[in-house]
Amino acid sequence: MSVTGQPLNRVDGELKVCGKARYAAEFSLPRMVYAVMVQSTMPNGRVKKIDTSFAEKSRGVLSVLTHLNAPKLPDGGKAAIDPPAGRVLSLLQDNQVHYNGQPIAVVIAETLEHAIDAARMLRIDYERAPATLNFATAKSHGYSPGKVQGSEADSHRGDMDLGLREATFRVSATYTTPMEHHNPIEPHATIAAWDGDRLTLYDATQYVSGVRRTVAKTLGISEEKVRVVCPYVGGGFGGKGSAWSHVLLAVMAARQVGRPVKLVLERPQMFGPVGGRPTTEQVLALGANRDGRLTTMHHGVISNTSFIEDWTEPSAIVTRMLYACPNQTTSHRLVKLNLGTPTFQRAPGEATGTYALECAMDELAYETGIDPVELRLRNYAERDPDKNKPFSSKSLRECYQIGAERFGWSRRDSRPRSMQDGNWLVGMGMATATYPTNRGKAAARVRLMPDGTALVQSGSQDLGTGTYTVMTQVAADALGYPIQQVHFELGDTAFPEAPVSGGSQTAASVAPAVRAASIAARNQLIDLALADTESPLRGIRREDMTIENGWLQSRADKTKREPVAAVIARNGGRPVEALGDSEAGDEKKKYSMHAFGAVFTEVHVDKDLGTIRVPRVVAAYGVGNLLNEKTAHSQLVGGIVWGISLALFEKSELDLRYGRFVNANLAEYHIPVNADIRQIDITVVPEQDPHVNPLGVKGIGEIGITGVGGAIANAVYHATGRRIRDLPITLDKFI
Amino acid sequence: MNPFSYQRANSAEEAVHLAEVPGAMFIGGGTNLLDLIKGGVEHPQHLIDVSRLKMADVSELPDGSVRIGAMARNSDVANHPLIRQRYPLLSQALLSGASAQLRNMATVGGNLMQRTRCCYFYDTAFDKCNKRVPGSGCSALEGHNRMHAILGASDQCIATNPSDMSVALAALNATVRVRSAISERTIHIDNFHRLPGETPEHDTNLNPGELIVAVDLPPSLFANHSYYLKVRDRASYAFALVSVAAALDMHEDTIRNAALALGGVAHKPWRMPGAEALLVGQKLNAASMQAAADEIVRGAHPYEHNRFKVELARRSVVRALSKAGGVA
Repeated sequence: MSVTGQPLNRVDGELKVCGKARYAAEFSLPRMVYAVMVQSTMPNGRVKKIDTSFAEKSRGVLSVLTHLNAPKLPDGGKAAIDPPAGRVLSLLQDNQVHYNGQPIAVVIAETLEHAIDAARMLRIDYERAPATLNFATAKSHGYSPGKVQGSEADSHRGDMDLGLREATFRVSATYTTPMEHHNPIEPHATIAAWDGDRLTLYDATQYVSGVRRTVAKTLGISEEKVRVVCPYVGGGFGGKGSAWSHVLLAVMAARQVGRPVKLVLERPQMFGPVGGRPTTEQVLALGANRDGRLTTMHHGVISNTSFIEDWTEPSAIVTRMLYACPNQTTSHRLVKLNLGTPTFQRAPGEATGTYALECAMDELAYETGIDPVELRLRNYAERDPDKNKPFSSKSLRECYQIGAERFGWSRRDSRPRSMQDGNWLVGMGMATATYPTNRGKAAARVRLMPDGTALVQSGSQDLGTGTYTVMTQVAADALGYPIQQVHFELGDTAFPEAPVSGGSQTAASVAPAVRAASIAARNQLIDLALADTESPLRGIRREDMTIENGWLQSRADKTKREPVAAVIARNGGRPVEALGDSEAGDEKKKYSMHAFGAVFTEVHVDKDLGTIRVPRVVAAYGVGNLLNEKTAHSQLVGGIVWGISLALFEKSELDLRYGRFVNANLAEYHIPVNADIRQIDITVVPEQDPHVNPLGVKGIGEIGITGVGGAIANAVYHATGRRIRDLPITLDKFI
Repeated sequence: MNPFSYQRANSAEEAVHLAEVPGAMFIGGGTNLLDLIKGGVEHPQHLIDVSRLKMADVSELPDGSVRIGAMARNSDVANHPLIRQRYPLLSQALLSGASAQLRNMATVGGNLMQRTRCCYFYDTAFDKCNKRVPGSGCSALEGHNRMHAILGASDQCIATNPSDMSVALAALNATVRVRSAISERTIHIDNFHRLPGETPEHDTNLNPGELIVAVDLPPSLFANHSYYLKVRDRASYAFALVSVAAALDMHEDTIRNAALALGGVAHKPWRMPGAEALLVGQKLNAASMQAAADEIVRGAHPYEHNRFKVELARRSVVRALSKAGGVA
């Protein structure tokens, strides 16, 4: 029986709960020393003077790196810049300060305590320049970034004037979302160790090969000289998709002191120099005819970036394809602020974009008097209206139906403030969820060992999502091995290359490669057996052969069989090895590929105090095949939890005078705690998609967060009659 | 380098003796102090560990009051039968604070001494904080002040006291017993914490070297009608935007005595005797509750980001009184 899809426990679960899974910061090397990254405390200007004398004399200190003594890097440290993921880094190449929190020095000492202590002894004088920090006043200087992650920043279809003329109903509103920071449980961490001209990195990353490329290019050395190791990641969420400054600073520090260096960011350092979600202001203007059919849509987005680099939150991209509407414009504009550069954060664009779009659709539902589900069905896109292609598969209709049924949507009285339970105003809201189905080029290697086990390797990553587990399942099925006999390894550039674990593409990219490599190895093993004069299988036709549960056997005569180990043993004990790779073909040109879902939420808002609870979230998704029902469920739950967080809690609070975040810690940067999360009910509808990839899987890492913000905001409106268009929806907005 | 010595005291006498040197600080559970040291906010030269002193009992005194040893853990106090039965308000307040893990570590004495969560106090990269660096200014006045005081603040400091326990202690008229090397004294809870005035660096009226040894709770008639309401941004593990300790002594449907204290709104638990007086002799109804709510925030002065707190405090008082009186 196939194990792929089964709700198996994580193969690395026991290691993790026993503390035996070693994360980047937990490696320890002989003679290793510690580095602390020192950051600017003002937002714009330059370092006029930096007095390192006290720090250098401090006990245990080996070196203090500043712009005055840091090694000059080729091309000013900019050789690896490759937008949007290859970042402009702060590598002590000049004295310019562009944001509060920018790395400006590194202190290296025998112990972490010595390094922290010495870091406080630096005396830094700045020459201050006026800083641009206020999004509200700076936004009038918005400019087009040209491209937004491969797409045009602006889009236009149909005839907007015609669409407006045809519109019986119109809604127009502005929605805002705040800056947020990823805050995975594992902070960014790098250990850098030079051995001659060879460099080994232990790095908390979503992309070992990307780190290798960035480091090698920045230093001007060959990629073969660099090895990056990352067996476990304690959450990345996009924040670890790029190699940030601290990675190179650790490398430079290790070279400076001639010893391995460990550099781990402290929690407050996660707010600024390693990206986050930018502020967005989104204007939605919708028009619909008497039947509720959209005749016109406009979605204009302004988001902030830094002064060192353009990075755009692509919030309006989703609007281009989600509903059938002939006349539409979308636009993205950027505003430069003296802040660290923003970056990919779980469903960048879709998380914020679906909040605004789905709120606007709810406002249109009230305007037209059409039920929100029905309104979405009337505007159901049978084809991708942006790319003008068929969808490779789309089960959104089923999602609406199943979600509505499980939620009890028909019991909803649509009038705002019509439902109450004691002091709680009760509201129900819904929204559409969606995320693109991506696939990258990936490779894997399989080694069938003489002891009957299989070693499967790919230079991918497991962000805590279950990559180890699902790849083990895929390999076991493709090989015909029992799952206990399959060992999957990842997180090492010594393995065949795999893409960044971002864009929800790991399963869709790596699983086909693992399967291809496994099938190749399996076929080699069968050929070996068939050619082996001592094998009981000799003479059977190749197509009649199978491997099941670790036994080679004849399909026709199950008594003709032998264990895989026996074949390898007679072959001199040499492992059977095969490579496999996989990448998207022409199907992407023919089809538009997306996952879809429907999210229904119930919220309770205290009528006097404004406190909000979310007792229920019901969601249904069409996401192709699942490789593991259990880890998939956890992924979707995790996404919904973050959606609740986006709606109600998260905001990085900026002091507009200092350009510094005032809640840069986990006590005051609020994410949900267990008490905030009640019932989450998820259904994955059956969906066969032969086009997305050979396993028919769509990524599930990000779709869970999409739609939730809108569904909650809509439920809050239904409960209270108040339309909160500014996230997070906190209680003070009701007082 | 900021080296410090660490000594474990074996008795209260020894502790106060050890604390006679400049730069000494007591450490109990360390749930707040260690963070402050790591953040470079506090710089003790000598840490006197008092967490193992035999002062962790909760016991009844001959006059019927209850004494809580200063080293009693927050979770032990919250779950102690004497506290649950006679002072459920205190139990409720304690359990609404922090997380289970922190409550297991934090002591009653330490809770009284916990420092404000003002972000400008905590992050030393902000150059202006009169509480941290007297005379440097107050960044919060015109900064991000959503969590800050609306009552009793000064132009030197608008920080709030973050404790839930202290708010309940205020409503319960607790007394703090402290000792030094030469004397022992009691301080009424109302006088324990200070308003910031011109010297916000002092959170309390403790003298240097004084050690909290116990908290005494007088006999209370509030046990049947009390409620601690904590209004915050998430369901647990968040500091109060506003909290209310409401306690009533009811005779049939008339209020015989009342106590009200607000948390999250001032540099200390906020009481307004006039608000309580407005309730005494009245029936608990919308009018009497609203009158008390209006009175307790009289003179409130909000700042840019915490204007909502004034009305929120009023509504919270009404809700807490309703809950205490069993009318909601």
